[in-house]
Amino acid sequence: MGRKPNETPEIPDDMFTPASPGIVTKAETSAAPLTFWQEAWRRLRKNKGALAGLITIVFLIVVSLIGPLFNEYSYSQQDLVRSNLPPKIAGLEWLGFDGTRSSGENTYEERGITANAWFGTDEFGRDLWTRLWKATQVSLFIGVVAAFLDLLIGVVYGGISAFYGGRLDNVMQRIIEVLVGIPNLIVIILFILIFEPGILSIILAMIITGWVGMARVVRGQILQLKGQEFILAARTLGTSNGKLIWKHLFPNVMGPIIITVMFTIPSAIFFEAFLSFIGLGLQPPLASLGVLIEDGYQSMRFFSYKLIFPAIVISALMISFNLLADGLRDALDPKMRR
Amino acid sequence: MADKVKLLEVNRLKKYFHAGKKKVLKAVDDVSFYVYKGETLGLVGESGCGKSTVGRTIINLYKATSGNVIYDGMNVQQKLSVRDLKKYKKKMQMIFQDPYSSLNPRMTVAEIIAEGIDNHAPGISRERKMEKVYQLLELVGLHSSHANRYPHEFSGGQRQRIGIARALAVEPEFIIADEPIAALDVSIQAQIVNLLRELQRGKQLTYLFIAHDLSMVKHISDRVAVMYLGQLVELSGSEKLYANPLHPYTKALLSAVPLPDPDLERTRERIILKGDVPNPLHPPCGCRFRTRCPEAKAICAEAAPEWRETERDHFVACHIYSACW
Repeated sequence: MGRKPNETPEIPDDMFTPASPGIVTKAETSAAPLTFWQEAWRRLRKNKGALAGLITIVFLIVVSLIGPLFNEYSYSQQDLVRSNLPPKIAGLEWLGFDGTRSSGENTYEERGITANAWFGTDEFGRDLWTRLWKATQVSLFIGVVAAFLDLLIGVVYGGISAFYGGRLDNVMQRIIEVLVGIPNLIVIILFILIFEPGILSIILAMIITGWVGMARVVRGQILQLKGQEFILAARTLGTSNGKLIWKHLFPNVMGPIIITVMFTIPSAIFFEAFLSFIGLGLQPPLASLGVLIEDGYQSMRFFSYKLIFPAIVISALMISFNLLADGLRDALDPKMRR
Repeated sequence: MADKVKLLEVNRLKKYFHAGKKKVLKAVDDVSFYVYKGETLGLVGESGCGKSTVGRTIINLYKATSGNVIYDGMNVQQKLSVRDLKKYKKKMQMIFQDPYSSLNPRMTVAEIIAEGIDNHAPGISRERKMEKVYQLLELVGLHSSHANRYPHEFSGGQRQRIGIARALAVEPEFIIADEPIAALDVSIQAQIVNLLRELQRGKQLTYLFIAHDLSMVKHISDRVAVMYLGQLVELSGSEKLYANPLHPYTKALLSAVPLPDPDLERTRERIILKGDVPNPLHPPCGCRFRTRCPEAKAICAEAAPEWRETERDHFVACHIYSACW
């Protein structure tokens, strides 16, 4: 500071000491190289939104699995004495969980009920706490299974289409275009009208058109990779097609596949909720988040708690999955490395 | 080199691509040459003239439309049994142009190099394999501690060295180097070229060296072939070709090479070709170069010039050197 640039202080030779030979070798052996997944995880951890999403998802999954065990009511058990009970939790009265209706009367005192319904009950007296977590289970199950089947069909279809290419690719892509051309809501509604509404038929109805997106992603990725020189190099080395697919192509499309799956799950959950909302979803007493929201919506003005809790859970799920998928896209994007 | 043995012979090789309905792209059209054992044959030409296609067809990445490739007395463009094909692939390897896309980003260096060993010697023990990988890494000037790293941790030159090690892993006799230095810095280019020459001397390798850098090709090649729009126009020993080019295209190409001497450089006369390379989908009739040739005559539009040996070991395809000129 303050010294003119040409006034470099003299450094006499005796100020230098020979470096120990260990210093050089130390620089050679730097930290162990990270694999692709370790590096992706490190990047994901830095993304606060994605991490929050991941934690929320894990939390909701755990609670939805153990939540129904916390009280003695089952999701389908009816008890008309306990119908339309507002939420009441001992110790949380100050938060509004005090068992009073919006008109101010306390239902529990009127009917002389002592056992609390934490999230209230519906018009048949079914406990909404249990039903909510049961519904979360069902919604997650539908979302995950639908996304997984999409993945299976999409990867195989897109992979074959891109890998063999040529005329086969042409035909397969035309089939996809026909499928995309049909409005999928119509396909799904027809499908559910023909088959009994239920978890299985909803999943089938969703994957009947849902795999197209995955197939296109995989095809695009493999087409792009196929022209890369490391694939040619593997061929000149005499690598078999099977090995080429599993060791060279597949690891390189894993990133986009995972991202697509993570975006498919929330949209499947949401689509199921939508189907339930318009009355094509699960049949009572089975509940999904869409069914609960639909029930709550009917009596929103008098018993708003019936709508609020499932709405919060589905919103949290959607946001978390989208945040996580977004973070994963950044973490797995191959353009960031090289 | 009195006892020159032809290791590879390419006869009237054609490779056409179908570019849409009824459109045919003649990427390689009637190319014949041979490569002697132990030599380096340089293959030069503008981008898009089919150099890489020649290389890839020779190594069977593409199926030839017609013509044959005879390697060590075996016609490799026929239907080969899986075993013969494997043997052939072991003898011939390729070094690629782009070191950034020629290594799989999800595999470690050891896995990349060991791939060829796995394919051709499946039963090899892990220790032997890794020992071989380390040897190869040292051979190409890398450290054996690099084996567990991933390609993105290396620079372009280092990646190209990994690519060379991968090609050497199967102990080939013949290496097709497809513009191995085009994507590298000039200082690194020299390193890689010197490495290739050392390896050639040490392992008696034969190279087909594809490039578009004329001075580099002269430096490394024993003989040079010049390609234009899918056809060879001239082939000769590199000294002879650079001193006495016959084909007008070769003359124009060589006149574009800058000279290191500033005085000579100032007086260097360049032959500027008119126009662009014609669309390879519709190449000119007759001689393909005639649209840009400063010496074109009527005959050039009528007939394609023959590929003939005007002097010993000097081939040229031009009407100027035929009787009817």
